[in-house]
Amino acid sequence: MGDKKYTGQDFKVVGTRVKRPDGIDKVTGRARYGADMNAPGQLVSLMLRSPHAHARIIKIDTSKAEKLKGVKAVVTAKDLPDLTNGNTGLFDTLENCMARDRALYDGHAVAAVAAIDKTIAKQALKLIKVTYEKLPHVTDVDEALLPSAPVIQPRYAKDGQPGNFMSQGEFGHGDIEKGFAEADVIVERSYKTGQTHQGYIEPHACLASVSPDGTGELWVTTQGHFSYRNTCAQLLGMDIAKLKVTSSEIGGGFGGKTHVWMEPIALALSRKANRPVKMVMSREEVFRASGPTCSTSMEIKIGAKKDGTIVAARAECRYMGGAFPGIWGTLGGMTAFACYNIPNNKAIGVNVLCNRPKVAAYRAPSAPMMAFGVESTIDQLAKELRIDPVELRLKNVAREGTLAPYGPVWGPIGIEPTLQAVRDHPHMRAKLGKNQGRGVACGFWFNIGGQTCSDLNIGQDGSVNLTVGTVDVGGARASLALIAAEELGISYDHVKVNIGDTSSLGHNDTTEGSRGTFSSGMAAIFAARDAVEILKARAAKMWQIPPEAVTWEDGHAKAVGAEHGNLPPLSLKEIAAKAGNTGGPIAGHHEATADGAGVSFASHIVDVEVDPETGKTQILRYTVVQDAGKAIHPDYVEGQFQGAAAQGIGWALNEEYIYGDDGRLQNAGFLDYRIPVCSDLPSIDTKILEIPNPGHPYGIRGVGETSIVPPLGAIGNAVSNAVGVRMYQVPMSPPRILKALDDAAADEVA
Amino acid sequence: MEVFLSGPLRDAVGGLASIEVEAETIRELLTRLTDRYPKLEAHLEDGIAVAIDGTIYRDSWETPIPEHSEVYLLPRIAGG
Repeated sequence: MGDKKYTGQDFKVVGTRVKRPDGIDKVTGRARYGADMNAPGQLVSLMLRSPHAHARIIKIDTSKAEKLKGVKAVVTAKDLPDLTNGNTGLFDTLENCMARDRALYDGHAVAAVAAIDKTIAKQALKLIKVTYEKLPHVTDVDEALLPSAPVIQPRYAKDGQPGNFMSQGEFGHGDIEKGFAEADVIVERSYKTGQTHQGYIEPHACLASVSPDGTGELWVTTQGHFSYRNTCAQLLGMDIAKLKVTSSEIGGGFGGKTHVWMEPIALALSRKANRPVKMVMSREEVFRASGPTCSTSMEIKIGAKKDGTIVAARAECRYMGGAFPGIWGTLGGMTAFACYNIPNNKAIGVNVLCNRPKVAAYRAPSAPMMAFGVESTIDQLAKELRIDPVELRLKNVAREGTLAPYGPVWGPIGIEPTLQAVRDHPHMRAKLGKNQGRGVACGFWFNIGGQTCSDLNIGQDGSVNLTVGTVDVGGARASLALIAAEELGISYDHVKVNIGDTSSLGHNDTTEGSRGTFSSGMAAIFAARDAVEILKARAAKMWQIPPEAVTWEDGHAKAVGAEHGNLPPLSLKEIAAKAGNTGGPIAGHHEATADGAGVSFASHIVDVEVDPETGKTQILRYTVVQDAGKAIHPDYVEGQFQGAAAQGIGWALNEEYIYGDDGRLQNAGFLDYRIPVCSDLPSIDTKILEIPNPGHPYGIRGVGETSIVPPLGAIGNAVSNAVGVRMYQVPMSPPRILKALDDAAADEVA
Repeated sequence: MEVFLSGPLRDAVGGLASIEVEAETIRELLTRLTDRYPKLEAHLEDGIAVAIDGTIYRDSWETPIPEHSEVYLLPRIAGG
C-alpha cells in the first residue's frame, strides 16, 4: 500500500549538514529582531492594562495624560471602531487587543500612549483614570463549567449548556460500550495539566508607521507577516496593499507569534500621532497578555483483552481557551488515540472560556495534554496486564491502512518504526539506580501546508536569490537553499534565501503547523524548475538550436541528439552571464496551495532521578525518535527534536501559570515561571527516521512540533516508576511530588 | 459518493455521520453540501478541510475527487 514514488531518491546536497546562513549575524548581534528597528522621530508607546481578572469599564479619562508635555497620542477602544463586519473571530481579536466594555483578564489592555520617551509614557499611564466595576471571575477550567460560574462572553453562551462552554469536537469510530464490555482489564483515570507559555526569548515588538496618505509600514517579530498585515488592515480600515509588513528575525515563536496582540494598537497610535511608534512588550506583559497554551482537565479510559489487545478507549478533555473561543479541544480530540489502532474509540475535546489571556497555539497545540493522559493510562494498563509498556504499544500500534481516529485511513506512517527503534535502542538497556525511573511515550501531530508563493532570481554571476514568504522560525533558509541548489545543480553557497516583505510576494500563510520547509520547499522546487525551463531556452538561443534539443543536468544545459550532441555543455553561470542578450533576467516563480502535508509521529525515552527529600526531578538521559520524512538539513531537524523535548521537559516538571484567588497572575516572570536552563537538561539524543511523505516531491514532512507531544507522558511514566506513585498532574513540581508521596504514605498507613 | 463527517461538523448536518452526495471536485462537494445544509456555511467561513483517500486538503477546492474515494470532512487544522 501507499505511494512509494518518493522513496529512495538520490540527492546530491539535500541531506547534508551545511553551515547555517544566519549563524554569524546571530552570534555577533548583527541580526535585527523586532525591537532592533528604529525610525527618525519615533515615539515610545506603552499599554495600560487591567489589574482585574474581570471588570466592567465604567469610564476611561485620558484628558490629563493627553495634556502631558511629550505625549503625542492616547488611544482606547473608542479609537478602534468595530470594522469587522460581523466576522466574530476578527471582533475577538479586536477586543483582545483593546478591552471594550469589559476587561476580561488580568493584563487585558485598556489604553495605550505614545510619547517622546519612555519616562513620559510611564507618567502618562499614571494619569489615565479608569473606573472599573469589579465582576466575579473564574480561572479554573472545571469551575468555569459550573452553573455558578460568571459567564465570560455572553454573546457566545448557548441554551442548555454551561455559560462558558463554547463547543466540542467528538471523534472516533466503533462501539465503545461494546468494546469495553469485551475488555478483561479497564483502566480509568483523571488528569490535569497546567497552563504554560511558549517562553520565547524575544518579547513581542514592532515599529509601526502610518502616513496621512493612508499607507503604512510595520516591522514586527511574527511567524506570519501576511496574516498580520491582513488582520491589522481590516481592523484599522486600511487597504491591505497599502500596509507593508516586514518580518524581523524572530527570537522564538512556537505558535505564540501567529496572531496579533498589540500591533494594531501601535499602528493606531502612529496614525493618530502622525509619527512612527515603537512598541515592545515587557516580559511581564508577554506572560499576562500574549497567548499561552490551555490548561486542561480530563478523564481517560482504556480497556484491553488479557493478551494486550486494546479493544476500547475513551477520552474527554476540557481545554481552557482563555477569554475567547478557540479550536483547542477539537484538535485535542483528533490527536488523542492517533498512535494506536483501537477498534472502538471516542475522544471528546471541549472548548471552555475562563478569565485568562486568549490562548494561542504552542507547538502541536492541544496534543501534549491528551498524550499525557493517554500515555499515562497505557502505562498503567501495561502494569495491570504485566506486559512491557513498549510491547503493549507495539501490539496496538497504528500502521499504514489503519483508520485514523479522526477519519481518514493512514498512508505510510512512522509510529511503528519509531517504537521499534525505541525498543532496540541501547538507552532501553541502560541500568537504573536508586530513585531512578524510565518512561516511554508516543506522540502525533498532523502538520499542514497552505498558501505559498516564491520567486527565484538568477543573478548575472549565476548566484541565486530565492525569496519566500514564510518566516524562518527554525532554519528554513538553510533547508530552502539546499533544495534550490539541488534542483538547479549548483552549490549551496551560491543560493541566498530571503524572507520577502508583504509587498514583494503574493499571500503566504503563517509559518505554523510545521509548514515552512514543507510548503516553501515545494514552492522552491517548482520555482527552480520554472527557471530551469528558461535556462534551457536561453541555452538553445545561445547555441541557435531548437529548445527541445536541450536538457538540464548537474547545473548545465546539455544539447542532445545526433545533430547537436557534440556541443560542450553550458553552465548556469555561463547562461546567466549572457542573459541580457538572450531575453533579459532569468527567474522562476511558483504560487500554490501546498496540500499533501504528511503526518508525523515520535516516540521518546527518558530516565529521571527523583530526590525523595525535596521532590526535585533531574532528567538523566533523554532520547527522541521521530519520523521526519526526508531530513533536508539533519542538524536543524535534530535541533527541532531537541528544542521540542526541552520545552516538554519544562512543561512536565516546572512550568505553570499560577493565579491567585483574586484572579491575577502570580508568576509573570522567568524567576517565578521556571523554564529549563542548561543545568536542567542532559544532552538530548536524537534518531531521525525518514519515511517519505508521498505528498511532497522530496518526501518532506514537518518536523517542528511533534516532539513536544510525548515528553509529558514519558516523564510522567518515568517519575511514577522512580517514586512508585502515579502522578496525575502536570507540572510534576517538587511540592506536587512530595504531596503525592505523602498521600501514598498516608494511604498505606490507613 | 459517501462523505463522512467528523467532530463538530456533524452538528451542522443534524448529527449525521455520513451523507450521500455526487461531486467531482472539492468545490462541487462543498457547494452541494452547503445547499442542503446551510449551517455548514459557518464552518466553511471558519475553515474546513477535506481528506481524500487519506490526504488532507485545506484550500485546494479544484482538487478532483476520484470515483470510489474515501472522503472525510474535517475541522481545519492549525498549528504552532
